[in-house]
Amino acid sequence: MHKTDDVVLSIKDLSKQFGNGCDYCKDDSAELQKNMCPHCNTVHAVKNVSFDLYEGEILGVVGESGSGKSTLMKMLYFDQEASTGTYVLPEDPNAEDNVFLVSSQRKRQIRNEQLGMVYQNPMLGLKMDFSSVTNIAEKLIASGNRNVGQMTDRADHFLNKVNIPLRRKYEAPKNFSGGMQQRVQIAKALSNYPPILLLDEVTTGLDLSVQADVLELIKEIQRDMGVSMIVVSHDLAIIRMLCDRTMVMLDGQVIEHGITDQILEDPQHEYTQQLVYSIL
Amino acid sequence: MICIKDFSKSFTIHHLDQTRTAIEGVSFDVKKGEFLGIVGESGSGKSTILKSIYGTYKPSSGTVTYDSKAFGEVDLHGITDRALISLRTNEIGYVSQFLKVMPRTTTLELVINSMLEMGVDKEAAETEAKEALRHFDIPEALWHNYPNTFSGGEKLRLNIACAIVKKPRLLLLDEPTASLDEKSKLKVRETISKLIDGGTTLIGIFHDLEFMDGLCTKVYDMNTKTIEERAV
Repeated sequence: MHKTDDVVLSIKDLSKQFGNGCDYCKDDSAELQKNMCPHCNTVHAVKNVSFDLYEGEILGVVGESGSGKSTLMKMLYFDQEASTGTYVLPEDPNAEDNVFLVSSQRKRQIRNEQLGMVYQNPMLGLKMDFSSVTNIAEKLIASGNRNVGQMTDRADHFLNKVNIPLRRKYEAPKNFSGGMQQRVQIAKALSNYPPILLLDEVTTGLDLSVQADVLELIKEIQRDMGVSMIVVSHDLAIIRMLCDRTMVMLDGQVIEHGITDQILEDPQHEYTQQLVYSIL
Repeated sequence: MICIKDFSKSFTIHHLDQTRTAIEGVSFDVKKGEFLGIVGESGSGKSTILKSIYGTYKPSSGTVTYDSKAFGEVDLHGITDRALISLRTNEIGYVSQFLKVMPRTTTLELVINSMLEMGVDKEAAETEAKEALRHFDIPEALWHNYPNTFSGGEKLRLNIACAIVKKPRLLLLDEPTASLDEKSKLKVRETISKLIDGGTTLIGIFHDLEFMDGLCTKVYDMNTKTIEERAV
């Protein structure tokens, strides 16, 4: 896939706080205990994060547990409301100034047409009691599809792509292994050809060989379909394998960003150095 | 083509509260079609220079200017990450001593993928990839194996093949002959000659001083920080 310099997703000064905040922590230079205000106990889960995602690239987000990675992803997928910030999808035909501010109906439309999300926990992305085909059809119906034959074909195509045997397509994911569930989730997220895919710790907890399958699949999707992706992981080996560029988060803020080999081989920030020295 | 000016690089290691200087005050330039060899003992900063040109390391001071096809003359450390990534994909190649592989990617796929990145179509990529593998004596029986089953020499040759199929304008070679036998070295030599004839600019690190004879047009010595012209 030829890479162009088109921004497909742009985030500016995105913040998420849990709590009302006080005069002390409203000041950007205020010193917090990790990400919590010592006066009002407000948690600043994500603080002033800005970045662009370009067409066809994979952007990595690394950081320890509690650094705000998942909160960031949830806001991008409208699972969680942002406190402040702007979110622009320039390639969308409507391209509003800030999609955080649009109606919930419009947000649903963006979710169904522009974005795909794969959660660490397949329970969040799949209806475990419904068949794999139904799960995929649900996403397709949400994005306006009504033709049953077409939807079944699409489901077959993507289940095939993620190596789920088609004879098991009418089985519910609750019968599947963790790795298979994850692959059904990826098939579902891809089924309406979203230009942007959000992947939150998708290989965590999978055994090495299944992990390799999933990584291979992600690379293939990037190459063959030109999908742009944001990959959240605490595993630097995975980041190295997949990502063109990487951001490092700590206590809700982006402390360092750059081309992935720059981050891994010449880390500048103390925390990034610690992280890199911890690679097995 | 490439101009390095007053280049210094030091690494700050926060947890030891330490700063180590790897190289200091390096300046040289390489013209289009030249082949610069860098010599010096281990730890003298040879690889640091290559990685700084490739953009992996950020300079502590000094500049690396590159005359690119896509953007004209640029400071490699002053352009955006995206621009640098695009230069790496389309113009600047790097052969390291180590092979980086994706899990479950076969040898043939690895070479093909490095071309697909550039936007070459699948069929052409496959044809050229096969040709490159044949050229570097990687037997057809191994094409569908995973490269991590390869010997050191095979890995190195594969590494070079991956870089060369992309026909880079500037190729950086970090000890490309380190673990090769005489026959493979000859192959590499032959390939480098061809690249030079084709107008590629090269910068390489070699321990093998003999190998450089008759190939390098210039040699930079890390110890004396001087450059010496060589007759080819």
